[in-house]
Amino acid sequence: MIEIRWHARGGQGAVTASKILASAVIREGKYAQSNPDYGAERSGAPLRTYNRVSETPITLHCMVLNPDVVVVVDPTLLRTVPILEGTKEDAVLVINTNKSPAEIREKLGIKGRKIYTVDATKIAMEELKRPLLNVPMLGALVKALNGVVDIRTVEEDIKKTFGKKLSEELLNANIKALYRAYEEVMSE
Amino acid sequence: MKPELIKEVTYVPYSGNMAAAEAMRQINPDVVAAYPITPQTELMQFFADFVANGLVDTEYIPVESEHSAMSACVGAAAAGSRAMTATAGPGLAYMWEILGVASGMRLPITMTVVNRALSAPINIHGDQSDMMGARDQGWIMLFSENAEEQYDNLIQAIKIAEDERTRLPVMVGMDGFVISHSIERVRLLPDKAVEEFVGEPKVMYSLLDVDNPVTHGAVAMTDSYMEFKRQQRDAMEKAYKVIREVGEAFEEAFGKKYEHIETYKIDDADYVLIVIGSAAGTAKFVIDKVRERGDKVGLIKIRTYRPFPYYDIMDAIEASNCKAVGVFDRAETFGAVGGPLFSDIAAAMHLRGKSYPMVDFIYGLGGRDTNVNHIEEAIDKVKRLAAGEEVPLTNYLNLNE
Repeated sequence: MIEIRWHARGGQGAVTASKILASAVIREGKYAQSNPDYGAERSGAPLRTYNRVSETPITLHCMVLNPDVVVVVDPTLLRTVPILEGTKEDAVLVINTNKSPAEIREKLGIKGRKIYTVDATKIAMEELKRPLLNVPMLGALVKALNGVVDIRTVEEDIKKTFGKKLSEELLNANIKALYRAYEEVMSE
Repeated sequence: MKPELIKEVTYVPYSGNMAAAEAMRQINPDVVAAYPITPQTELMQFFADFVANGLVDTEYIPVESEHSAMSACVGAAAAGSRAMTATAGPGLAYMWEILGVASGMRLPITMTVVNRALSAPINIHGDQSDMMGARDQGWIMLFSENAEEQYDNLIQAIKIAEDERTRLPVMVGMDGFVISHSIERVRLLPDKAVEEFVGEPKVMYSLLDVDNPVTHGAVAMTDSYMEFKRQQRDAMEKAYKVIREVGEAFEEAFGKKYEHIETYKIDDADYVLIVIGSAAGTAKFVIDKVRERGDKVGLIKIRTYRPFPYYDIMDAIEASNCKAVGVFDRAETFGAVGGPLFSDIAAAMHLRGKSYPMVDFIYGLGGRDTNVNHIEEAIDKVKRLAAGEEVPLTNYLNLNE
């Protein structure tokens, strides 16, 4: 079982991205959960949302305490929330930043852990013309998960989730943002 | 005429609310009356979509309160239609008066309760104080551990409620947010199979049957009120058998077993945990973990809360190697020992003439997280109790003090 914790701000779409991830995994015949840590949601307020992914049924119904993977959707959270909380030395971090993994490691003084970085903000502004960070971060996460779920299944799920709600142009821009982040994400 | 959407068994990524709404679509009730309240709102939005898109034949009544929602269901069910609704926490509290009208009039209404804490302080998150507060209003009560169980239980609830031996309303609870808003893998059954399983509504004493006029909701004073209540107790006792039969029929049709209780690794257990709802799933994970270091812990998950399965629980405890019992209550009973489940288990032991050491754990009030560590902490206390150490009767998990 892989446990994932997302750090984002209200309005950035992290809850939706975590739902899409769970949905894609389940469509591939495996097991997954997406459990948002609902509070009194305010746009811009820090929030957490969780995923569990497994080959076997998952019975846990509680928060993720020791995530194997941490996704930081908003770079301003790097210094304001404890992103390493509960992580082990071998945890994976997927961070939205314009810096390289080595620069982030030095800047934040992170020891151990595998760092992935992607400039999701830039990708979102170029493809979606708005700072909608969830889909690019999902693309980067899928790469970091290294085969746990196929990026094409995620694409399919985005089409199913947004197909009726978005214009074709915006839907295609989201798919492009997904694949760009998947390709552009850097690791050490 | 409702179109057929799901033609074969399908596995989907659904939240508890989506699963409950999908079950309602497949059940295709004649009347649904509901009022929105977090965390049930989404469920009724999904169902309202089905109505707007012509996917059900239901007459949907968006009423002005939960009191009205249940009143509309009472009227619809008395007229002879299959009526359903859903609510949560304070909404169930506001329904309280009419809950007794529904059961007293013996109307087979079915309802999802997305379990939510009661005010004050205001809290929208999951705990079971809502259903425990409505415990004595004459409804059959089932609890689900996860989204798929909510779906399966709701389908079974129709048959349980409408059986000629029961004719009682059924509420099916799932923990707010933890289940209602979390996505999990859910097995959906084909539309036709659900339709066939629930069958046509069994109409009894319909108000609209003008050839056989009947009175509903009449006055019954000192001369006859008690006899009505006596009949309700009798129906509830019969429901015990009906729930089991419907569970067996469900297993035969769809291959998944539903009993009054579910046990997990209980046969050789030295320590027994008794849990209702989503925390039972977490407990299963913890049991696997502590068994690796040799602690033989087992679980009894309660699915049927009313009628209370005294015999099933005691049979399971007696068949184990039980040295002590830890009861988990996600609701308070201020001024009584432990929570509501603790009292029921104490009564079960008395009925069997057995007395196992037991402690109560109040947990998860207002959605407070109950994770692996907290359940391990509870197991540790049960072990200490079994070893003869003094442990408080009522304990709190994950409490800041």
